[in-house]
Amino acid sequence: MMKATLRRREVVSFLLNERKDLLVVAGLGSTAWDITAAGDSPLSFPMWGAMGNAAMFGLGLALAQPKRRVLVITGDGEMLMGLGSLATIGVQQPRNLSVVVIDNERYGETGMQATHTSAGVNLAKVAAACGFRSARLVRDGSQLKALRTAIHAARGPFFAQVKVRAEKLPLVLPPRDGGILKTRFRKALLGNSSDLD
Amino acid sequence: MKSWPEQLYGTLKDAGVRQVGYVPDAGHKQLIELCLADKEMRAVVLSTEEEGIGLAAGAWLGGVRGALLMQSSGVGNCINQLGTVRECRFPLLMVVTMRGQVGEFNPWQVPMGQATPLVLAAMGVVVKEANSAEAIAPTVDAAARLAFGSYQAVAVLISQAVIGIKSFQDQASR
Repeated sequence: MMKATLRRREVVSFLLNERKDLLVVAGLGSTAWDITAAGDSPLSFPMWGAMGNAAMFGLGLALAQPKRRVLVITGDGEMLMGLGSLATIGVQQPRNLSVVVIDNERYGETGMQATHTSAGVNLAKVAAACGFRSARLVRDGSQLKALRTAIHAARGPFFAQVKVRAEKLPLVLPPRDGGILKTRFRKALLGNSSDLD
Repeated sequence: MKSWPEQLYGTLKDAGVRQVGYVPDAGHKQLIELCLADKEMRAVVLSTEEEGIGLAAGAWLGGVRGALLMQSSGVGNCINQLGTVRECRFPLLMVVTMRGQVGEFNPWQVPMGQATPLVLAAMGVVVKEANSAEAIAPTVDAAARLAFGSYQAVAVLISQAVIGIKSFQDQASR
């Protein structure tokens, strides 16, 4: 096995740099802290629960907002819990949806236990087999610029599995009140009249 | 006189529902076909019912109303995701066709069917039962108002007596 060199916080910060009007959903656990470390935004929806369903939040949002780009950033453990959602997304073919898995091959929040990807399960191949228009494995920093461009411009559904070091990092926590996270997102996206819809 | 699935389709349209997640059920067959044929609606077939909870929540984040169609056995698949709905106060409209309830012929359906209203209530979902064909559309109309107007999770349980499937042979022929 090749040893991963990329560092998750650097990857996520790079991908979210100049995010423009990108809508971001982050899966339970480390990726929620990663997007917060990159700079909290009302147009980010970090999950504190709902493990296994981040990609489906992204699909619902992408279908509701076809003119906006939607990015789901989640972990390998979270994605493995919702593998069926890759098939569901493949059937719907949302052009504006990207799913990026930050893959440290570990359940990082619970003691760094190994996930299926550590044994070689290839999520990018699963996504490709499910009908994602493009799916790639990223191991090298030189691939990140193209990845960021794809998140903003590639015809979706687009998928990337980014291998990163298994490292325990200081928590950078987003607001944890789910009602606030929901309402701030809708206000930022839909305007102040969003509560009248 | 319109059939109850036709009435229910009209109710969902009038409620502004534009995304419909579903795992097929014989009882929802006609409604699913109506939704799939509607170019203003996006009908999304799911690999498991819990996906539909995320789909509907994501749609709401994007300003679109969703509904979720399933059989009672699928309610069990949704439990943990319903916790997120409650914590975030996402509106949620579920229309559930019941099995394991009135005149069930498959014993494997009975445990989840009997537990369905209890499980939903335990997760903070408002449960409304529709026990006749005439009651379905008005019950779903009221449920949609409660869901989208008051940010509640609401499930309408359509009685197995309405679906009226009596045997495996009957189910296969639908």
